[in-house]
Amino acid sequence: MSDKSTRFDRIPADDAEREELDDPEAATREEVLSFWDDRYGVPPETFEEHTFWERGSGKLWIFRGDAPSPVDIEGLGMTFLRTRQEHWKPTTDAVQRFGREATDCVLHLDDEQASAFVAGEDQEIPEWDGDWGYLIVTHDLAGEPEPLGVGLYLHDELRSQIPKGRRREL
Amino acid sequence: MDVLSRYEPIVDDVEAFRAACERSLPAVVRVNTIKASVERARRALEDEGIAVDPVDWHPGMFRLPDDQPGANWPYFHGWIYGQEEVSAVPARVLDPEPGERVWDAAAAPGSKTSQLSALMDDRGVVVATDSNLGRLSALRTNAERLGITNVAVTHEDARVHSLKPFDDEEYDRALVDVPCSCEGTIRKNPDTLDEWTLDHVQGISGVQKGILTRAIQATRPGGTVVYSTCTFAPEENEAVLDHALDEEDCRLVDFEIPLDSRPGVTEWDGEEYDPSVEKARRIYPHHNDTGGFFCAKLEVEG
Repeated sequence: MSDKSTRFDRIPADDAEREELDDPEAATREEVLSFWDDRYGVPPETFEEHTFWERGSGKLWIFRGDAPSPVDIEGLGMTFLRTRQEHWKPTTDAVQRFGREATDCVLHLDDEQASAFVAGEDQEIPEWDGDWGYLIVTHDLAGEPEPLGVGLYLHDELRSQIPKGRRREL
Repeated sequence: MDVLSRYEPIVDDVEAFRAACERSLPAVVRVNTIKASVERARRALEDEGIAVDPVDWHPGMFRLPDDQPGANWPYFHGWIYGQEEVSAVPARVLDPEPGERVWDAAAAPGSKTSQLSALMDDRGVVVATDSNLGRLSALRTNAERLGITNVAVTHEDARVHSLKPFDDEEYDRALVDVPCSCEGTIRKNPDTLDEWTLDHVQGISGVQKGILTRAIQATRPGGTVVYSTCTFAPEENEAVLDHALDEEDCRLVDFEIPLDSRPGVTEWDGEEYDPSVEKARRIYPHHNDTGGFFCAKLEVEG
């Protein structure tokens, strides 16, 4: 399996390309763009210059530019989206980089809530009346909203999805 | 042993040099312009009550006289990266353009990789290579926090770097910021010289020659290679350039840097180097109140 772990494959462009792969669970570029557009309102043009790659099972990476596929290296761009599960989940880093464009499923926190969120704490936020699931969480920084990362919202509760290594007491 | 005394013959004001080496340096951060403007990052730091002093020669850097870089909002958002100011020199000398292919031959933990990417506006590709997996993992974590998407990471010995994963395409530019004896970093890490031996200097000089040679081979004719170290030892600096000039089709070129610097030395310890190594720049701690650094710019010929 060690070979597999450094192999990046470009994801299929659309349904037709996926059929050639004979891998019905594979995410397509078309689906990835629709996911960001439909759920978060991030327009597909945002990713015009980027390609999407899968390494291992279900972990998608985003790379500015192109490369021969498959490519056997240690890293290609940044981790972007977890697929091959019922609810796709963007990474903290993807949301920080591209989440400014989001208009839907965005939950804005005040200073105290933002600090708790990046410390990894779960918190009651009953006033949210939008969709449940993975939300883009923002706070104000230097006078404007800025995305912090991903939160899982269920039953009036926001669960911080900040990875352990990125948590901070701020 | 008193390592610094060996440089007395080539340093202009020995007392000032020694005194500077004993003073500590403030923390410095570079703004990651892929995620935030310099103004917005400054405002975010100031909003938290963090004092910021501009670095006058580099518009995107701030000294933090009272703070460490890692525990504030702009750090969490990947707007800033902790980087000693003199280490921001080589990427600026390399001067990559958006859309180019660039190799960072000894990349981890990634301060210069991320600086190259920002200079390229996250366009084109930076291939970042390191031989140590643990350090590469730190590089990846840093690059992701900064939101960089044009970096491809390879795990290999740079001396035998392969162009195969990218269809054998040569680079437009290469940054060869090699592992070294780090004499120039004593102001940050006062213990650096405790383990110093001449054997180590000579051994690592061989590695440096191998990496620089490979970088010249992997760069297209007319392309640029920048060689840098954070050490004063001519064995790791001018001697490495002299070797590359002998072995490969390349020449040293003049370049400007906004810091006070001295030319490369052409004689050391009974050796004589190619006279063009004078075009390299030596940056000493007492001239700009920074760490010590060495930087050279080469043009690939043939």
